[in-house]
Parts: sequence; structure tokens; C-alpha cells
Amino acid sequence: MPDEGRSEFLAGVRAELPICLGVLPFGLIFGVVAIGAGLPPGLGLAMSSIVFAGSAQFMAVQLLHGGASALIILAATFVINLRHLLYSFSVAPYVQPLPGRWKWLLAYLLTDEAYAVVITRFQSPPVPGRPPSADHRFFLGAGLTLWATWQLSTAAGVFLGAQIPASWSLDFALSLTFIALVVPGLRDGPTIAAALVGGLVAVLGAAAPYHLGLILAALCGVAAGLAVERRGRAPAEPAA
Amino acid sequence: MSGLWWLVVGMGAITFALRLLPILFSDRADLPPILRRGLRMVPAAVLSALIVPDLLLRDGQVVVSAANPRLLAGLLAALVAWRTKNIALTLIAGMVALWLAAAVLA
Repeated sequence: MPDEGRSEFLAGVRAELPICLGVLPFGLIFGVVAIGAGLPPGLGLAMSSIVFAGSAQFMAVQLLHGGASALIILAATFVINLRHLLYSFSVAPYVQPLPGRWKWLLAYLLTDEAYAVVITRFQSPPVPGRPPSADHRFFLGAGLTLWATWQLSTAAGVFLGAQIPASWSLDFALSLTFIALVVPGLRDGPTIAAALVGGLVAVLGAAAPYHLGLILAALCGVAAGLAVERRGRAPAEPAA
Repeated sequence: MSGLWWLVVGMGAITFALRLLPILFSDRADLPPILRRGLRMVPAAVLSALIVPDLLLRDGQVVVSAANPRLLAGLLAALVAWRTKNIALTLIAGMVALWLAAAVLA
């Protein structure tokens, strides 16, 4: 029904909006940084719409500024964005019945911030009296809201240039966004172990080149979570 | 098109492929169950790996003291997030705490 579709879409928009508060300064800063590093304004905007992956974009600007080769930047993009492969596997069962054009569109919108909101909703237990909530229009609402925020804030940053003083430390809003996403979910042993080990290994591996420390931290964190889960002899969950 | 534009197109293609391929083909090449269970912990592990270095490291050195405003503000924000589950409140509390701590320490 169109009405139900619209309400699912709007529910996705609403769920994504608080996260956009944290993404907005990040996009603004990306625009400012891209201009500051000497990129043409059009290229900064194109990066946000074509790549549409914040941490990879920041990394690319940094590496370009330092004169790195295109090959290194492409390799680093692959490594930093490997996590999207996992997000994609994770949402795949829910989008499987959709026609191809929906899969392509939702894949394009599958950012960290959209994934966090979408998977939380899709995995939450069904509420009595409400239809099953794994709705692709919810995904579309959340994804498009983040997309619009990212494009507009990048554009604002590009055109404002270096008007924003660095002393405002707006980059910290990104970490705060991640904190707001992770901390409320730390309610069981395996997840807590994954977060603790992930954070610790990331600190130890911070000096590793090309964000490899981040990938290593993610793998160690997940391994620690699985180990704790096995020790707890959790009953096997049926495949989703 | 100049080389920079091709670089952006290449980055976009890599990113899009990583986001799309499992959605298209996961029914043909499914993940082993252990990886599937591991997926549940990916957000906590990755996001924590992004947060903790930003809170603890100053110029590559671990700084655990009251002289580290990001650590103080981050811990407060984590407390707010735990109690309220509210993203906007967490952001406001964390940014205000950071500015206050930086002002006091300056």
C-alpha cells in the first residue's frame, strides 16, 4: 500500500535525522579540507557524490596533499571500505526479494550511518500489532536523508572555505556520533568484548600505514567477540 | 578528464562494488556460519576502533589524564549515550564538554 510505504520511508528519514546532526559538521569539514588541500571545488563535490564514503574521502585528500600515487589511494580506498562488504552481506537477506534496480540503489546508499540505522531496525524483534519491519522503503528514507545531508554539507564546506575556525574542533562530532551508535548496544558479553578489543588494537596499531590498523582492529574485535560467545556456550542461533 | 577525475571515479567504483557484490551474489556464495555470527559484532568492533584512538591518542601518544579534553568529553558522552540512547543529546553533551574542558585547561 502506498500509505504504508510512505510511512516506512518517513520512519527511515526520522531515524536517520539525529545521525545527520553528527554528519553535518563532518561534511562541512570535508569541504573545507578539500579546498584547503588545493582540490578544485568541483572535484570535492564529485568525491562526495561519486565515492560517498567519508573516511575514504578524508584519506584521499590527505594522501593527495602528500603527493601519493593514484594506485596507493585506490588500494587504501579498498582497505578502508572493506567493512562495507560486511555491511552488504549483513543486509543482503533483507533486500534479496527486491528487483535489481532497488539492489543497486540501496547498495549505493549503504554507508556506515545508514547501515547502523537500518540493521538496528531490521534486527529488532517484531512489535505486536505492527507489520514486519524489514522494509526497503525504510532503508531508502534513511539512506537518502544521509545522502542529502552529505552532499549539502560538503557543498556548504566547499563554498564557505576556511571560514570555520579549527578551534571549534568540529571533527570531534564524528567520534561522538560513533559513541552514540555503539554504546547503547553494549549489552552482552560478546559485543562488549568486540568493542574493547577493537578499540585496544586500533590504539596499538594506530601507527600502521593506510589505516591497516583499523582493519586489523576490526578482525581482532570480531574474533574476541566470537571467542567470548563460544565460551558462554550460547545456544546456536538459527540462520537469519 | 584529468587524472584526478579518474581517481575519483576509481574510488567510487571500488566503494560501490564492495557495497553491491554481496547483495547481488550472497545467495550463490554464502558466508560460512561463523562469519555470519561475526557480522553481528562488526559495528561494535569497527566503530570502537574509530572512537578509541581519537579519544586516547594525542600526536601518536596515549594520553590518559585530566589534561586530555577529548578523553573527558568522550567518557561523558558515552555515559549520556548509555543512559539516554539519544544521539542528539550525546553530541551536545560531548561538544559542550570538549569546549569547557579545553577552556579550563587552556
